[in-house]
Amino acid sequence: MSNVSADAKQSASNEQPQSSNRRKFLTVATSVIGGVGAIGAAIPFVASWNPSAKAKAAGADIEVDISGVAPGQLIRVMWRSKPVWIVRRTPELLASLEGIEDQLRDPSSEQEQQPAYAQNRYRSIKEEYLVLVGICTHLGCSPQHLADGAFAEYAEGVPEGFFCPCHGSKFDMAGRVFQGVPAPLNLVVPPYQFLTDTTLLIGSDA
Amino acid sequence: MNGFLNWIEQRIPMMRVANMHAIQYPAPVNMNFWYVFGFLATIVLVNQIITGIWLTMNFEPSAERAFFSVEYIMREIDFGWLIRYMHSTGASAFFIVVYMHMFRGMIYGSYQKPRELLWVFGMLIYLALMAEAFMGYVLPWGQMSYWGAQVIVSLFSAIPVIGPDLVIWIQGDYVISGATLNRFFALHVIALPLVIVILVFLHIIALHEVGSNNPDGIAIKHKKGSLAEEDKTKYKIHEYYTDKYDIADDVVPFFPHIVLKDLVAFSIFLAGFCYIMFFAPEMGGYFLEHPNFEIANPLKTPEHIFPVWYFTPFYAILKAVPDKLFGVLAMFGAIAALFALPWVDRGSVRSWRYRSGLHTWNLIIFAIVFIFLGYLGGTPQADWKIVASQILTVMYFGFFGLLWIYSKNENTKPVPERITK
Repeated sequence: MSNVSADAKQSASNEQPQSSNRRKFLTVATSVIGGVGAIGAAIPFVASWNPSAKAKAAGADIEVDISGVAPGQLIRVMWRSKPVWIVRRTPELLASLEGIEDQLRDPSSEQEQQPAYAQNRYRSIKEEYLVLVGICTHLGCSPQHLADGAFAEYAEGVPEGFFCPCHGSKFDMAGRVFQGVPAPLNLVVPPYQFLTDTTLLIGSDA
Repeated sequence: MNGFLNWIEQRIPMMRVANMHAIQYPAPVNMNFWYVFGFLATIVLVNQIITGIWLTMNFEPSAERAFFSVEYIMREIDFGWLIRYMHSTGASAFFIVVYMHMFRGMIYGSYQKPRELLWVFGMLIYLALMAEAFMGYVLPWGQMSYWGAQVIVSLFSAIPVIGPDLVIWIQGDYVISGATLNRFFALHVIALPLVIVILVFLHIIALHEVGSNNPDGIAIKHKKGSLAEEDKTKYKIHEYYTDKYDIADDVVPFFPHIVLKDLVAFSIFLAGFCYIMFFAPEMGGYFLEHPNFEIANPLKTPEHIFPVWYFTPFYAILKAVPDKLFGVLAMFGAIAALFALPWVDRGSVRSWRYRSGLHTWNLIIFAIVFIFLGYLGGTPQADWKIVASQILTVMYFGFFGLLWIYSKNENTKPVPERITK
């Protein structure tokens, strides 16, 4: 090994440097090509951290046909192994949401529990349709939908809402949490969009 | 025998390295008990590596099996409980000795010129250690493993634009899942330990290049030819040091003098370590949090989510800032400020023994603030605690601000020329 390097030194010193520009060019070219190769080689390692095909399939967006949902009705679908509620709210119900805001913890949805387009009184894109992840923000139970005056038992003067049987948390018909209950935050609004007037895509927004 | 050793020495410089870095390494004679924590940290690192290897022999890194494989280790493997408790107690012990080691560096100015890089390597070890401890805590897949990971990983979602996608990339799924557990296992058992061992190596090489500091913060190496013969050390010190410098009669060889001192500290440390390991391995919920005795449940949030005690000061800073992004920035800023310490301190006197009373108080208050922040970050929220952690966060950064201001023209005491004179 030492002989080889000594020989190499000898031959290098015997020759005149050809052209330092040429040498500089070769050094830069080799570094650039080597760098591109290193980046290319890094791609599979970085990309292997992405969700796998299996995880993607399990977490895929779901399309929901809402043409059959009657006013006042709630339907449940599963998205990423969580229950998602879709409620078609009546005009009277929507009108009642403003009057109860002094009983709510976060009436204007300042905590980031919803995409920006659902940060309004109705916490929805179209006022009529409410889309919520049906999991209590306290300890993850799934609250019950109490309609037709049944909710008034828990919140005076409010005929309809969500009540969590585990620890008594209460939410209004926009998923906003009432004061004085264990749940700290409003219910989560998942990302969603309307593909047509009667088809929802849950999981991604426009 | 000598022939055999010579045969080896001619092929690999074993004795030369041992002499240079241990047997004939010049250590200041006035090193006190603050100087045992580097040694202890090395011991704990070895403990973590050995017990860690044994734990991987039975641990199964999957969301379905991880929790039960830990139970299996605890209940059915001979001495499995002991090996696991050595590892879990070792994690907390690591941070105890590292925090002491860092505070030692602060009070004696061990980060100052020419030891800036030594300090930076130490901080990098601390950073890698935090990542290592965090990922290790996720592996048993209990409730606090899961929800702690949730909180920490979602910190990255505060990064503008790329944040949410970055979180999915880190998790390998849309939620914390088995994929996350598996990659944390890979990082915890091979990637980060390698990084830590390499950094420790660099830390020690850098230390031996600049030489150990001491409680007086003064040099034991003097310019070649500047010391009279009777002022030079009588001990055999390696030529690597004596060729370049005159080594004052203020040193002892690292072996056996310093090693023996460290072994005394080690035996005391071991007594405490064993007491905790045998009688209080959970340390009242501080070393192993109670919710972690329940399997991870993505649908059920524990009532209170706290990181393990060694992260709580930074967690308190995170929670003190009402804005998510600025909270994350403040938290990382708190660590970045420590990195910058060698350049924040513009003084030239190292040890607090010879610096102003202001500096002493600044250091003491900083230590109290850090401990109090740890308390606030590790106990349930209350209104007064938010205000308190905001005040303490300002005081934490105030330490660095004040230091930068007064260190320029500090009223210091005269520094002795020599340790023993």
